[in-house]
Amino acid sequence: MAAEGGEATEDLIEILEASPTPIDLARYVNHVRDPAAGAIATFEGTTRDTFEGKRVLELRYEAYVPMALRRLRAICSAARAAWPLRRLAVAHRLGTVPVGEASVFTAASAVHRADALEACRFLIDEVKASVPIWKKEVYANGEVWKENREFLQRRNALASSSCCCATKVVMDDDAAADAAAVTAADDGGSGADKEEFPAV
Amino acid sequence: MRDLNITSVIPPFQERGRLRPWQKNPKKTSDMAEMEVGPLIQVKVLFFARARELTGLTDISLLMPPRSTARDCMSKLLNKFPKLEEIYNSMVVALNEEYAPESTVLRNSDELAIIPPISGG
Repeated sequence: MAAEGGEATEDLIEILEASPTPIDLARYVNHVRDPAAGAIATFEGTTRDTFEGKRVLELRYEAYVPMALRRLRAICSAARAAWPLRRLAVAHRLGTVPVGEASVFTAASAVHRADALEACRFLIDEVKASVPIWKKEVYANGEVWKENREFLQRRNALASSSCCCATKVVMDDDAAADAAAVTAADDGGSGADKEEFPAV
Repeated sequence: MRDLNITSVIPPFQERGRLRPWQKNPKKTSDMAEMEVGPLIQVKVLFFARARELTGLTDISLLMPPRSTARDCMSKLLNKFPKLEEIYNSMVVALNEEYAPESTVLRNSDELAIIPPISGG
């Protein structure tokens, strides 16, 4: 398990090496539980059994772990800059994730629920847009590497010299048009083609 | 033992100080000097997901001329692994664990990662 603390060790960020063990969701919920928090918002991304009519047997994940941890740390920092938050937790599982099990889990606590909910959404949206993790969708008669729409929309910004902070990106028309031609990954990511990220 | 033609080895006295035949193209000499701005740099390239499948490797070490860019490195990789063409337009590169533009100049012992379209979450 590769782990990284957040600012002042308030945030728990973990990339879980391949293992048959499901994500321990309670561990991350308990990490963000805070006496000052009135709300805990969580998101669980799960392997679904169908994609475009094809039966999915499993998903297999791999990651550029050191960079993924770095990106997750930056994403948590960006969330903290955008919303008043108590604690954050993000976990992503690698290896085979069977249907129905969670591959990713994000949790945010805050005094008020709007901040917790928005930050939680931001965390998963940013995972999909910029964290170097890949999944292969395995069918009975084949397998394919998935491509997140959110990444393809963000690609130009990632490859330009100005981008390092995700919160400054605004998706433009070109990116939205590119995304339309691309097969979307599993649901859970942002559905909007044009979305402005919170300013830092 | 054959006689050596000593005069062809040691230039005649009056010729010393002048350019030898191979030195008589000053432009060529300065080109060579420009190339020698430093030793070759070593760059480690990491392949992930589809990139790994297309190259058959998890990583490779490349020797590049000094002041090479990430794009120069990609060109060399495309030559070596033409199958990478498949992802060339959709991938991005990361340099030392941060996304970077292809125009970034590389330095010795840099780590470049080929990032095909991601699909976490």
